[in-house]
Amino acid sequence: MEYAAHILVVIGIYAILGLSMNLIAGFAGLLSVAQAGFYGVGAYVAAFLALQFHTPFVLNLTVSAVVAGGLGFVVGGPSLRLRGDYLVIATFSFQVIVLGVFTNWTSVTGGPMGLYGIPPVHVLGSAITSPLGFLVLVAATAAIVLWIASRLARPPFVRTPKAIREDHVLAAVRGKNVARTKLSLFVVSSAMAAVAGVLNTYYMRFIDPSSFTVMESIFIITIVIVGGAGNLYGPIVGAVVLVLLPEILRLMGIPSAAAANIRQILYGLALVACMLWRPQGLIGEYAFGREATPK
Amino acid sequence: MTSLVGMQSLSKHFNGVVALADFSCAVAEREILGLLGPNGAGKTTLFNVLTGLLAPDSGAADFKGTALIGRPVHKIANLGIARTFQNLRLIRRITVLENVLLCFKNQPGENLFNVFFRPGLCKRHEAGIREKALELLQTAGLADKANDLADNLSYGQQKLLSIVCCLAADADLLLLDEPIAGIAPEMAERILAIIADLPNQGKSAIVIEHDIDALKGIAHRMIFMDAGRKICEGAPDDVLNDPRVIEAYLD
Ligand SMILES: Nc1ncnc2c1ncn2[C@@H]1O[C@H](COP(=O)(O)OP(=O)(O)O)[C@@H](O)[C@H]1O
Ligand SMILES: [Mg+2]
Repeated sequence: MEYAAHILVVIGIYAILGLSMNLIAGFAGLLSVAQAGFYGVGAYVAAFLALQFHTPFVLNLTVSAVVAGGLGFVVGGPSLRLRGDYLVIATFSFQVIVLGVFTNWTSVTGGPMGLYGIPPVHVLGSAITSPLGFLVLVAATAAIVLWIASRLARPPFVRTPKAIREDHVLAAVRGKNVARTKLSLFVVSSAMAAVAGVLNTYYMRFIDPSSFTVMESIFIITIVIVGGAGNLYGPIVGAVVLVLLPEILRLMGIPSAAAANIRQILYGLALVACMLWRPQGLIGEYAFGREATPK
Repeated sequence: MTSLVGMQSLSKHFNGVVALADFSCAVAEREILGLLGPNGAGKTTLFNVLTGLLAPDSGAADFKGTALIGRPVHKIANLGIARTFQNLRLIRRITVLENVLLCFKNQPGENLFNVFFRPGLCKRHEAGIREKALELLQTAGLADKANDLADNLSYGQQKLLSIVCCLAADADLLLLDEPIAGIAPEMAERILAIIADLPNQGKSAIVIEHDIDALKGIAHRMIFMDAGRKICEGAPDDVLNDPRVIEAYLD
């Protein structure tokens, strides 16, 4: 039971990350590798506030989302003018810088050792310490994030991102403010990723930089691509599949030291299999990277 | 007649190739201007400059008194200039109806704040434009295709759709780049009828077209250009009887 609840919490957190990534990769067709950076910003801001000021969960969640959203605005403004490879490089730079800050700003982030002793979430005066209790919190948060994504995933709003991902020049000729649309999505996406980070902080009650590397960004992209880019529920399917996949290894009794490596191989295989046989992902409608702008 | 759009001495070259050379002209309200010229004359380049896709080397252009050069593409579109592309451009992976809906201006639902804080406004506006879009598709004879992917239309239907998109934008100036090139006569007739009706709706158009007879039927005035320059301009019959035009079209 504990184990099942734990797995579901992890799925919930990755589903939120996938939903956040889908807003930019799925809807607008933009590849950013900075998602783990924003995830980390949320995690660190919440941990810092909880440890230093003992402020409550909801406040820390809000502040983290606002900080990450603001950072998304600052990073997205110039980066989103770039397309394709250049956007990847720009977001990669941000990712590297953020990780550098996590690792080196020791007085605030605890450096490579991270931050620990984070107090549990209190709801109505009682602490949530069991995976089952936390699962309720994660499920409720994921539901809100899904609701927000659903507002953006339907017309009229979604029409412009869809037009942009297919032909950004035509979108502009149609009078759409391409830069503003992309930036709006990027800001919301950054804030959403931070929400996942806050949940991670309060669940693990310990964070260190290793959870927020570019590999994590790539894992989040994999969730979106395997689940189905551009489909509202795609990232949820992707999170379920990719979190459960390595659990099969555990059930098969493979020792955890080997499992860690095999897991990476499995993720790689899942991504390659998708690209070869199902570019639109399991339930997606948009083959990421295959429908680039005609010149 | 008041002038809707004006161009003054527009010039553009691409590494030595002259695309526009000291090109000036004006289009009046409710006027259809036919633009003739051999391939490579600079006709499409002129549209690209007017819509902000290309910056000219020099020259100026204005629309309803607003300077166009240097203005971002989407802002020019929102002033009331819509265009089609010679190599047919649509959003192919969304439906015909969605393509038309995309073109309506000032949709509150495109704004993040409205999406979350004024959902009622977004919904009402969406319902309104949906009705208008269906009406436009009905008039154009594409109503039965409304829910098909744009990609699944025939070439002629796609060209028709791209003009319906300009109508949905409710632009005052339509820039139509070879609207009937390569399509069946029956579809061409439908498209020409829509263009011919534009002045009745208070709209103007510049129409690039190689089919001289078709262009003669809809244009109030014609310009013949070559190597980026305006060679002659005037009433359709005068332009078509100009020896330089005859020479170009006999080659
Ligand atoms: N983006 C571009 N880059 C380089 N050369 C171009 C570009 N656009 C047009 N040209 C050149 O400019 C000239 C005019 O082209 P264009 O305006 O397309 O002519 P038209 O539409 O009258 O056939 C041609 O020689 C063409 O090759
Ligand atoms: Mg041309």
